[in-house]
Amino acid sequence: MEPVIFEERKTQIHRKGAEPFSISCNKSSLAGAVSQRACVFCGSRVVLYPIADALHLVHGPIGCAVYTWDIRGAMSSGPELHRLSFSTDLREKDVIFGGEKKLYQALVELIDRHGPNAAFVYSTCIVGIIGDDLKAVCKKVEAEKGIPVIPVQSEGFKGNKREGYLAACQAMFTLVGTGDTSAISPLSVNILGDFNLAGEIWIIQDYLKRMGVEVVANITGDGRVEEVRRAHGAALNLVQCSGATMDLAKMMKEKYGIPFKKVSYFGIEDMSDALYEVARFFEDKDPDIMVRTQDLVREELTALYPKLQTLRKDLEGKKAAIYVGGAFKAFSLIKSFRHLGMDVVMVGSQTGTEEDYQELAEITDEGTIIVDDTNPLELSAFIKEKDVDIFVGGVKERPIAYKLGVGFCDHNHERKEALEGFLGMYNFAKEVHATVTSPVWNFTPRRRKSPIAAPDVAVCAGEERTS
Amino acid sequence: MKKAEPFVSTTNACKMCTPLGAAVAFKGLEGCVPFLHGSQGCATYMRRYIISHFREPMDIASSSLGEKDAVYGGKANLMQGMLNVIGKYKAQAVGIATTCLTETIGDDVSQILHEFKKECLAELNGDMPALIHVSTPSYGGSHMEGFHAAVRSMADQLADPAAAKHNGVNLFPGFVSAEDIRHLQDIFAHFGLSVTVLPDYSETLDGPALEDYQNIPGGGTPLDAVRAMPGARVSIECGRTIKAGLSAGKVLQEKHGVALHSLGLPIGLRESDALFATLESLAGCAAPRRYALERGQLLDAMVDGHKYVAGKKAVVYGEEDLVVGMTSFLSEIGIKPVLVATGGESGLLNEAVSVVTEEFPGEPPQVRDGVDFYQIVAEAEALEPDLVIGNSKGYRELARARNIPLIRVGFPIHDRFGSQRVLHVGYRGALNLYDMIVNALIEKKQDDSPVGYGYI
Repeated sequence: MEPVIFEERKTQIHRKGAEPFSISCNKSSLAGAVSQRACVFCGSRVVLYPIADALHLVHGPIGCAVYTWDIRGAMSSGPELHRLSFSTDLREKDVIFGGEKKLYQALVELIDRHGPNAAFVYSTCIVGIIGDDLKAVCKKVEAEKGIPVIPVQSEGFKGNKREGYLAACQAMFTLVGTGDTSAISPLSVNILGDFNLAGEIWIIQDYLKRMGVEVVANITGDGRVEEVRRAHGAALNLVQCSGATMDLAKMMKEKYGIPFKKVSYFGIEDMSDALYEVARFFEDKDPDIMVRTQDLVREELTALYPKLQTLRKDLEGKKAAIYVGGAFKAFSLIKSFRHLGMDVVMVGSQTGTEEDYQELAEITDEGTIIVDDTNPLELSAFIKEKDVDIFVGGVKERPIAYKLGVGFCDHNHERKEALEGFLGMYNFAKEVHATVTSPVWNFTPRRRKSPIAAPDVAVCAGEERTS
Repeated sequence: MKKAEPFVSTTNACKMCTPLGAAVAFKGLEGCVPFLHGSQGCATYMRRYIISHFREPMDIASSSLGEKDAVYGGKANLMQGMLNVIGKYKAQAVGIATTCLTETIGDDVSQILHEFKKECLAELNGDMPALIHVSTPSYGGSHMEGFHAAVRSMADQLADPAAAKHNGVNLFPGFVSAEDIRHLQDIFAHFGLSVTVLPDYSETLDGPALEDYQNIPGGGTPLDAVRAMPGARVSIECGRTIKAGLSAGKVLQEKHGVALHSLGLPIGLRESDALFATLESLAGCAAPRRYALERGQLLDAMVDGHKYVAGKKAVVYGEEDLVVGMTSFLSEIGIKPVLVATGGESGLLNEAVSVVTEEFPGEPPQVRDGVDFYQIVAEAEALEPDLVIGNSKGYRELARARNIPLIRVGFPIHDRFGSQRVLHVGYRGALNLYDMIVNALIEKKQDDSPVGYGYI
């Protein structure tokens, strides 16, 4: 195999069993390596985006706003302001003379037009360079309009996506503690790090409701400003995508003493564990909660298992590769694939920490490739080397799988299929089954040679085009 | 041109940024890796956006600038990034486009590339790929400015002034689909004309299934063919709104004396006729029979379907060159383009729309440049269109919210399958668009009918 791994990236790839565990991560992406990562702005935009009754104004040239316009599957049960793309669309003259005046006018105009409950104002690369005073403008508009106007310091070049997560959490934390917490149940939680893709948060809310637990704030899927304001009234924070919202959970613990639990709603074990964790936490206050939770899990699993077994028959022994944004999702995916009788042979993330990768190394099989902040060259090489049957990733990874003639499952923010909860496990299994067992792979050139000439072989003269 | 209401903010832009257009254009050069000089996010966002349209790998390298690079300049990252990408991808060419960040910190890319060629030649074992650069500050126009500027840069910077005279034709087709490029190549071949199409992403962004993963997909305009462009007998450039300083045809004309035919995108009957007339004069013979037949079939369809479309009103939006072509076509078939809108601001749209609509009676369409979808929706409200024509971005707020059929053309189309294979150009492209439009109107009529006619 051609050496596709950059010298500078060798320490960001670990093969389990071949060497003692060691991996470097949380580094800047290597120039020229075609990283799958985005930037600080992306990180903050991802986290705050689903707050549906807030105005999200991107201060910068048009690209940053247009490429993040309604591309995520975060659904709202009410307002849909988040699905619009607002920008100051900076022009050359704004760059020369400064964009503060334009930002002020745009904010006032949009707040008057839409009457949002808060406004988030994102800074982009250019704002960091020209030095617009975002904070001052936000403060002025906040005073004039009487709603929170929150600057999000997310200049693209000032670190990687993780810094964007932190900026988003800091922005939200300015809201927490400003709302009325009376009448909140003692059995109450905030859902952190769920983005309500394809309505997933509604599945989780239903489980919690059946257990007798009140959800105070959805942060941020199907999110509302008022909920975030009163989030400090909840008894417990459930943190899923921990990379994105752990900072907020920590801030809330420190200031309001609210404990948090890291959970995942993907796959059977992690979903059940999440619910049992909640039940255990509230057992003192409501002794029956555990029974209700056990009934719930039993009911769901009784319905799910036979359906999974049917699909598993065709999937046994197949191989999977995973490359996702946050490492935490990868843990659940590995377990989910095991339920389908499949082996994970490669796993990686854009923003994992050393502890995340350590844990991945512990739960994966010998020989599994573990990789941080990878790129198309490495991914295609690993997929070929391991001869996988399915690759799990996002839109940017999809063509890599398909060009190699292997199945694909979109497990990123743009998916339109709910993959959380017991229902989500079934949806996931169905999707994996649909792609892995598709007859098309029988005909892709890697499996079966073409009976006619390859596209780059010129043969018949006839009326071929000349160019 | 009437200016729309002077909103300060932009809501749902009807354009993308300059480096995106440059990246697409560079993808149409053989062996080329597009490279954005800026922070990592720009390259990743644009990759994602282009992938969702073409469903093809779209590797864009980045110099991945961090905070200290923004302060001290991005030269070191650009040099290292290029070495990395050239080393691993074995690129024959690298197309470097700047971003708002590197334009504003003032990196002199031309000078950096000059130094790179001197300092890194040994490291690359004397094998220096072609390095093309284009200035694309994202606050300096739309993706179309970026596209045209990159095509111009390729034609300008790769051109060999000593290229031998040859009988070939240079074709700058504009931002069209992969299928459009293939169709144009077929037309030239059937005329017996040798053509260099720049850019040619008909394979690189619509590739075949192959046995192995291609780090750089096959296809693209051969570098030698671009180098030989100054020796061509003539250039044909499509697009009525290309600003003078961004025209590849003009730069070859001015620097190398290559005659230039400036045409519109060949969409619809008359704009296709203009292309075919040019080709007939270049080939010195009548168009091959198949095109006379295609033209006749198009006209026959226009007659057969004219009552379905008669008097219908359409809103057209998207790239300026594209909307001019679509407006021209709609006017020919009896659909009234009531609003022609774009986020672009070439300053040439109004004149171009006038030229293609003036021979038809009735009110000329409202022409709006520099607008976003907030304004397009607001204006469309009063005009009560029967049809909306443009990219996917008009779906939710414009078409769906008002239950108006949307005909998807241009870029991006990411809520339908096969966007790279939408044929817009030539008589056959017009026929394809015509069928889509008539069928959309019939479907709407059928669905809206209380009795649901099964036979129309």
